[in-house]
Amino acid sequence: MSKINLNASEVQTRESRLGSITGFAGTAGELVGCARAGTLKESERSFSQCMGCSSGNAFCQLSMIQDAIVVNHAPVGCAGDFFTFNFVYRVGQMERNLPPVIGRYFNTNIEEQDTIFGATQKLANTIRTAYERIHPNAIFITTSCASGIIGDDVEGVANDLTEELGIPIISCFCEGFKSKIWTTGFDAAYHSIIRKLVKPPEKKSNKVNIVNFWGSHIFDEILNPLGYEADYIIPFSTTAQLKYISEAVATIQICPTLGTYIGAALEQVYGVPEIKSPPAYGIAGTDQWMRELGRVLDRQEQIEALIVKEHERILPKLQEYREQIQGKKAYLTAGAAHGHALIALLRELGLEVQGAAIFHHDPIYDNGTTTSDALAHAVNTYGDIPNYNVCNKQAYELVNVLNKIKPDIMIARHGGMTLWGAKLGIPTLLVGDEQLSFGYQGILNYGERILETLDNKEFVINLAKHSTMPYTKWWLDQDPFSFLRSDLNVKTY
Amino acid sequence: MSKLIEQPRYSCALGAQQSIIAIKRAVPILHSGPGCGDKINRLLGQGEGYAGGNTVPCTNASESEIVFGGESKLGTVIEGAFQVIDADLYVVLTGCTSDIIGDDVAQVTSRYQEQDKPIVYVETGGFKSNNYVSHETVVKGIIDQYVDKFKVGSHKIKRLVNVFATIPYQDAFWNGNLEEIKRILEGIGLTVNILFGAESQGIEEWKTIPQAEFNIVVSAWAGLEIAEHLKNKYDTPYTHFSYLPIGGLETTKFLRQVVAFGALDVDYAEAFIKKEEEKFYMHIERMADFMLEFRYGLPRRFYTILDASYAIGFSKYLLNELGILPTKQFIIDDTPEVFQGAIHEQFEKISEFRSAKVSFSIDAGAIQEEIRKDEHKSRGLILGSAWERDLATEIGADLLIVSVPVAYRLILNCGYAGYNGGLRVIEDIYGKVLDTYR
Repeated sequence: MSKINLNASEVQTRESRLGSITGFAGTAGELVGCARAGTLKESERSFSQCMGCSSGNAFCQLSMIQDAIVVNHAPVGCAGDFFTFNFVYRVGQMERNLPPVIGRYFNTNIEEQDTIFGATQKLANTIRTAYERIHPNAIFITTSCASGIIGDDVEGVANDLTEELGIPIISCFCEGFKSKIWTTGFDAAYHSIIRKLVKPPEKKSNKVNIVNFWGSHIFDEILNPLGYEADYIIPFSTTAQLKYISEAVATIQICPTLGTYIGAALEQVYGVPEIKSPPAYGIAGTDQWMRELGRVLDRQEQIEALIVKEHERILPKLQEYREQIQGKKAYLTAGAAHGHALIALLRELGLEVQGAAIFHHDPIYDNGTTTSDALAHAVNTYGDIPNYNVCNKQAYELVNVLNKIKPDIMIARHGGMTLWGAKLGIPTLLVGDEQLSFGYQGILNYGERILETLDNKEFVINLAKHSTMPYTKWWLDQDPFSFLRSDLNVKTY
Repeated sequence: MSKLIEQPRYSCALGAQQSIIAIKRAVPILHSGPGCGDKINRLLGQGEGYAGGNTVPCTNASESEIVFGGESKLGTVIEGAFQVIDADLYVVLTGCTSDIIGDDVAQVTSRYQEQDKPIVYVETGGFKSNNYVSHETVVKGIIDQYVDKFKVGSHKIKRLVNVFATIPYQDAFWNGNLEEIKRILEGIGLTVNILFGAESQGIEEWKTIPQAEFNIVVSAWAGLEIAEHLKNKYDTPYTHFSYLPIGGLETTKFLRQVVAFGALDVDYAEAFIKKEEEKFYMHIERMADFMLEFRYGLPRRFYTILDASYAIGFSKYLLNELGILPTKQFIIDDTPEVFQGAIHEQFEKISEFRSAKVSFSIDAGAIQEEIRKDEHKSRGLILGSAWERDLATEIGADLLIVSVPVAYRLILNCGYAGYNGGLRVIEDIYGKVLDTYR
């Protein structure tokens, strides 16, 4: 792990910065063991299916800054996600009572001759046109495989045009091929924001940075009574707001996988403390997180009182849910830290977690402390999890595992995975709002959703009856990790 | 001319992965960076079908393949795909990464072709073209490297035709459109290789491509290359209908063109046309009082922000059969210059009495600015994409989403081609309009 270096134009990938991996099969306890012993090694799949890439994750954060626009320096296909992020942006505007505004995103349309002669001129012209059209307060440039390989000097163009146009033109390097861990794209976006937009603090504010996606604003009710104000970043913020995030009293991440880099950067560069406990999922996890929050914000007494009050409020209902859920078996697929948190939550609800396919594993976060290890927390608090698979969205492994394990319910955090449970007749639940399950109320919210899903089987049963399966019978009979190369150096593998 | 794109409405060359997914039991294998397949699917896909979306095998190029080449990785992914994915045809498509570094994909794939595996490769590096063009390249690739092997003699099967009508998924209504086109062509006595979607017999149908008596291209330009190729290769003649036929007038015109070209039994075909027209106009007549008397609330003029085939098809239908007037028409499919003249001509004589202005641009952000500047006195109709939602609200227009990204509607077998499609257009437009009353 290396210190945050704002002089470098590019952020280091998670592989090289944190030693993160995308391939592992074993138990969760074994994975935590390797991670702590420093013996975690990446393994390769000789067969693989489409993953996501960093540019999508970078765009995910940059595309919803209210007064900034994004120029994607790439062939037109890389702009295929523009509308989906605009869609999310619009939904969020509606929820936040913001005026409806379309996301303004531009693609430089790299063509064949550009791969020979370079496309920096095209990039500069696109930025100028975009500026003329919108007059934003900042322009972000996201890069692509094509622009990266042909070696366009994107940083140079950004610097020149910052001077010419008088607003920050900020390069964000997020070429797809650079990292197998697409969350590196989040780091790239944050790196570009911290490097070029955030100003050094002049005073301390009473704000707490909440690093999140586009979920509901649940932190207001926790922080306001304590005398603090939640500042939700990055989506739906403004450039003016982002300039002063260095003045906040603390940074909370809804998910350390998302916010590891920005949390650490704000602490290392500007001294904004990061709440390092795993996020508040499950009773034990929420207690621990609340106490850490109380410590950092200097509100221990109030927090202790709140914990008592909340326990009293939710435990009876939780007990009711537990009785109904008890003994059901679950399988989970999600991104890393949030997946770990969900494991805790599911167990708290009385589900037996039979296994999980988690998109990658960060043995440590940028803050360098093992306190933040959510998987270790889940294992230590609730016991080991069998069939723990680190798998970057490889549907073929997932369908094989599900076919063998046959859980009562499959939980997914990301789109595109629920189909495989349903085709096998397993009720599946996709949870898009990561805040839904956060904190004490989150446990109840989740319990309710799980009960609904378990109850609602008609669609999946009928679908399974009439579905085709693109996977061969041969494959479904194999070990799910047959294509994970066995020359691993992970001791416990 | 500006080359930048705000609000993309088509994909890059690799977007042709969706053409493969549209063939029954066929699967693309991407030799590309990670993320490419997902982004294409986000723009063009609605549902992953049999083996699209998350099922698509991919080498997910990483830094080491960029530096050392990705040929061996491609080999293992192809082998894995044969074992894991149950498909009739595998098509290797390259992305930017492998095309820039120059992997020899032909050499890797030919190893498996020599073993008689049903596998084809095509270079579709994103920067090479867009998915309208690469659709043609991919179809030609399948014909040359796979279909050709099954060619028996040079005899033609009487009344068998191949239809190249639409770019699957790029045309969000491709499945419904192809079903209707097949239905009406069968109605006039043909046997139809429709090649994509629910009404196709999959790869078995593709194998008979060389035996077709003639080919039919229903498109402004994309698809003509395929027909030309087949003409040179198998001596198959083709007839070209240069837009999507929608409604009574144009569908009949289309069918008569095919009948004449193929020297089909005119009486048989006309009997079918008569029956279809009767049905079609019976519905229109039944509703004519409503359509006449409700006019105060109906859109009186329309914009199209569509590809050329759709723009012409819709303009003719809306003007000549529904009486809605065309304002300026914007064509967003990056139409090659050689075809622009013919499209201009179509708009020049869009009806007996009228012509419409048309312009070609890939930057729909600029198109929207231009439309905003117009005077918006009467209620308008926009035929465009999900990007037009705000624009429509701002200028008080109704919006029918026809082009990708569709986002705000879900499409199963809905199609706008043919007689049935024409009726569906009326239902959908008037449904939108009526829904605005409270």
